[in-house]
Amino acid sequence: MTPRKSAKTTAAPVEREHGLHLLRSMVRIRRFEDKCAELYTATKIRGFLHLYDGEEAVAVGVLEALTADDAVVATYREHGHALVRGVAAGAILAEMYGRQEGCSRGRGGSMHLFDARTRFYGGNAIVGGGLPLAVGLALADTMQQKRRVTCCFFGDGAVAEGEFHESLNLAALWRLPVLFVCENNLYAMGTALRYAQAATDLAARAASYGMAAAAVDGMDVLAVEAAAHQAAAAIRAGEGPQFLECRTYRFRAHSMYDAELYRTRAEVEQWKQRCPIASFTERLRGAGLVSDGDLEAIEAEVAREINEAVAFAEAGSLEPVEDLTRFVYSERRLP
Amino acid sequence: MSKMTMVQAINLALRQEMANDDRVVLLGEDIGRDGGVFRVTEGLIDAFGPERVLDTPLAESAIAGMAVGMAIYGLRPVCEIQFSGFAYHCFHQLESHAARLRWRSQGRLSVPMVLRAPYGGGVRALEHHSESREAYWAHTPGLKTVIPSGPRTARALMVSAIRDPDPVVFYEAKGLYRAYREEVPDEEEIIPIGRSQIVREGGDLTMIAYGAMVRPALEAAEELRASDGVETEVIDLLTIAPLDDTLILQSVTRTGRAVVIHEAPRSFGPGAEIVTRLMEGAFYYLEAPIARVTGYDLIIPYFSREKWYIPNVRRIVDAARQTLTS
Repeated sequence: MTPRKSAKTTAAPVEREHGLHLLRSMVRIRRFEDKCAELYTATKIRGFLHLYDGEEAVAVGVLEALTADDAVVATYREHGHALVRGVAAGAILAEMYGRQEGCSRGRGGSMHLFDARTRFYGGNAIVGGGLPLAVGLALADTMQQKRRVTCCFFGDGAVAEGEFHESLNLAALWRLPVLFVCENNLYAMGTALRYAQAATDLAARAASYGMAAAAVDGMDVLAVEAAAHQAAAAIRAGEGPQFLECRTYRFRAHSMYDAELYRTRAEVEQWKQRCPIASFTERLRGAGLVSDGDLEAIEAEVAREINEAVAFAEAGSLEPVEDLTRFVYSERRLP
Repeated sequence: MSKMTMVQAINLALRQEMANDDRVVLLGEDIGRDGGVFRVTEGLIDAFGPERVLDTPLAESAIAGMAVGMAIYGLRPVCEIQFSGFAYHCFHQLESHAARLRWRSQGRLSVPMVLRAPYGGGVRALEHHSESREAYWAHTPGLKTVIPSGPRTARALMVSAIRDPDPVVFYEAKGLYRAYREEVPDEEEIIPIGRSQIVREGGDLTMIAYGAMVRPALEAAEELRASDGVETEVIDLLTIAPLDDTLILQSVTRTGRAVVIHEAPRSFGPGAEIVTRLMEGAFYYLEAPIARVTGYDLIIPYFSREKWYIPNVRRIVDAARQTLTS
């Protein structure tokens, strides 16, 4: 499968500071994920690991359009979303280590990152599981006259689940403030989109439910950002849910146990030519907006953050065994 | 006869049944071109073609529901759900339809389908990828719930499950998939559904286990012999529901003491039914309260605390000693 040309791209100009910010965010995700892969191989992290390499422009671009008051619901490939949303790298990594200093106290693991402060409602290990929850958040907001957006990420695989259709219909029917973001990386684990869907234009599927839907080049952070801003503005203007299909690609395997028999190395290499970080870096460089010094500074800053995160996770402790039976049922909340 | 992992043994059963019976078809996510997330269906698409090894979209509800329809029309569908924790999407189709159609149609319709799913812990995973919720299915009249304990029983039970006229939920302990190899005969071998096995004989105490818990039970039995001189009988249930209590009653009538072991949460778990059967059928032979060694009543913890949750040899031996001394 080759990159789709039909998706919207943009050559919109970007301010230097903003450009550096977007680049830094994407680099943070990439380096964090690469560190996770290393730590998984070293058996520090267990419990499956799904990495976001190649898809960074989607989380970074979309989350630019949200305010601190908005909510995020993500998938099991959500480290990057949590990072960009403001969950500390150390808390994410400690979570994967199963340490109680993790954002889910070491109970959730890689697929179940939660953080109340940043209104990050998971991490969801079940494909499609987050969509009805997101619609519920948005319905509650509407019923309580709270004007904010719920941003729900999911993959192309989720489009096959019944919950996708139930959720889109309800959100459209009741004009709920949900930004549905489909991270279409062309594969539901090992099954290509063309083997899973008769109609592979996912934005068109969403539109059929009566909501505004657009497809965007998910390898182009500025295009994603512009489309997300537009969609979020429409939601805030009371126009109901919006659907954004981000056409992207995952550079790494589905998880750490995947032999990748379902796609060719050549295809992966072809997509890597469109690396969102490399291409955006080139763009900034071409416009004279970044120097080698800037890039080195970003790398150094990110490396420092990740080293600190690793140290934080390493220093973490296991939840005491006697606490493991807590929070099965209601009780006083921990601070 | 060759030595196989449980993955290979289940693959062998599927391959032979597909070769023997054109009605046997497989469906599930990534089972064809990709060979399955645990490689159980590896090579079957090459042998039988995509018409009989159907790669489905991520649609567990439809996988189970389609199997009901296919089974009604005479096919023998075998569904794979990638992890048992994803099977809750199937709940409606199994509970509301697969389990009831025979009863509802007074025998005019039958649903000879199998739903396979890896279950259980021990692979350092998390939540949906580690849990044991077989009680959901065992509680539903009309479903059969089968859980093999290793390569040989997995192969022999899979053959029975595919040929069974009723819907079978077939849970495969993922911790056993590649844990060890066992001799599996090339020729057909069948264990009838609804029959348990004595896997170790003894007269002092009965341990009742299934799935991945049979091995620690056997190890605990060895330890009890070595250190306490106690002879433990170990029964491998193999079929959880409908529960055949003949063997466990015979055994406990002889030993007077029993320990029931499962990974599933304790309350309302399979152990509760097993203990009740023993109370009903062997009460006057009991020398001590029956012990349960189980998972706890909570979500199975993440890998870092998984070992604490899953019953191990230590806990089984302790429970056995308590049973023996009371």
